[in-house]
Amino acid sequence: MGSAIAQDVVIEIGAMPVLVRTSSPEFLQILRERYGGFVNSSAQPVFEFEVEIVPPGRIPDAIGDDDLSVRFEAGRWVLQRGDFRAELDPALRHGRIWQSATPYAIDAAFRIVHSLLLAKQGGLLVHGASVVRNGRAFLFAGVSGAGKTTISRLAPADATLLTDEISYLRRAADGYVAFGTPFAGELAQPGENVRAPLAALYLLAQGTENRIDPVADADALRAVLRSVLFFAHDSELVGHVFDSVCNLVQRVPVRRLTFVPDFRVWELIV
Amino acid sequence: MSTVYIARVKEVAARSIGGEMMIMSARDSTLFSLNETATAIWQAADGVTPLAEIVQHGVCAQFDVDPATALRDAEELVERLAQHGILKLSDHPIVEAK
Repeated sequence: MGSAIAQDVVIEIGAMPVLVRTSSPEFLQILRERYGGFVNSSAQPVFEFEVEIVPPGRIPDAIGDDDLSVRFEAGRWVLQRGDFRAELDPALRHGRIWQSATPYAIDAAFRIVHSLLLAKQGGLLVHGASVVRNGRAFLFAGVSGAGKTTISRLAPADATLLTDEISYLRRAADGYVAFGTPFAGELAQPGENVRAPLAALYLLAQGTENRIDPVADADALRAVLRSVLFFAHDSELVGHVFDSVCNLVQRVPVRRLTFVPDFRVWELIV
Repeated sequence: MSTVYIARVKEVAARSIGGEMMIMSARDSTLFSLNETATAIWQAADGVTPLAEIVQHGVCAQFDVDPATALRDAEELVERLAQHGILKLSDHPIVEAK
């Protein structure tokens, strides 16, 4: 059997276009379906991936299914999980991924790559839902079970869901901008590919009433740090992420939102 | 305790947030929050000023504390911070290679 011709697709998340090249037409179709609203063939990629589809169980140097290893060695980031291996060269802005033909592995690789790309630019991936209303974005951060999907599901018709799982923030001149992401949680629904200035960050807590309380900056820092997605044990990048969270809590109001699972909570979000 | 010199470790990120000095160890991402006296000691940890001198000028001069108690507390504090890898301790001046 001869080699198939490689084809590519550009997937733009957070205004960061990433080109994915593969010789598997089936996988290309999976990508187009999975990232539909985020495909932008006219964008100039900031990073390129070659994806080699290999049968499950044939991933080079595979580790346990749930284990994730992210390390920097010999000028490359090496990401390993049971279902994929990726090597990224940040200087060349090029990477290779070995994985089976499913969207799960490249979805995980995208999250890691974007967290690495964002770290030096003052941006962040935050474990939280985000929604745009009246041209302003609101982020709802919390651990699993805090209510990210619930608050997203309760959003009124005039709200646009950016994500119910992973919020994407980039630094702007006067604050932060939240972008839609295809990274879905329990809603199993990708966010809209739109952006809006971040107006507030709410730390979610479920309670017996709907209430918004102030949060001291230091407490906000601790809480937001717990919600930031960052995978690499790299001292320089950890420092960048810490600085970014410090800037975020000083520039964007952080509040505690206690709510009952009822649509009236959205009367407080204006 | 003999003369002790203290120096900030480079692999930490530190910012004053809401009046608290917050320090994150880049080695293991542990977050520390220092009170005012601990912050004064941290900021003065230049590797060449003895801890006793830092306490005398940086703590006792600013805060109403007994000098012997302040030094004992400071010695315990720097031991703890060193255990977490955010301060270096030595009985000699600590001069970092450039």
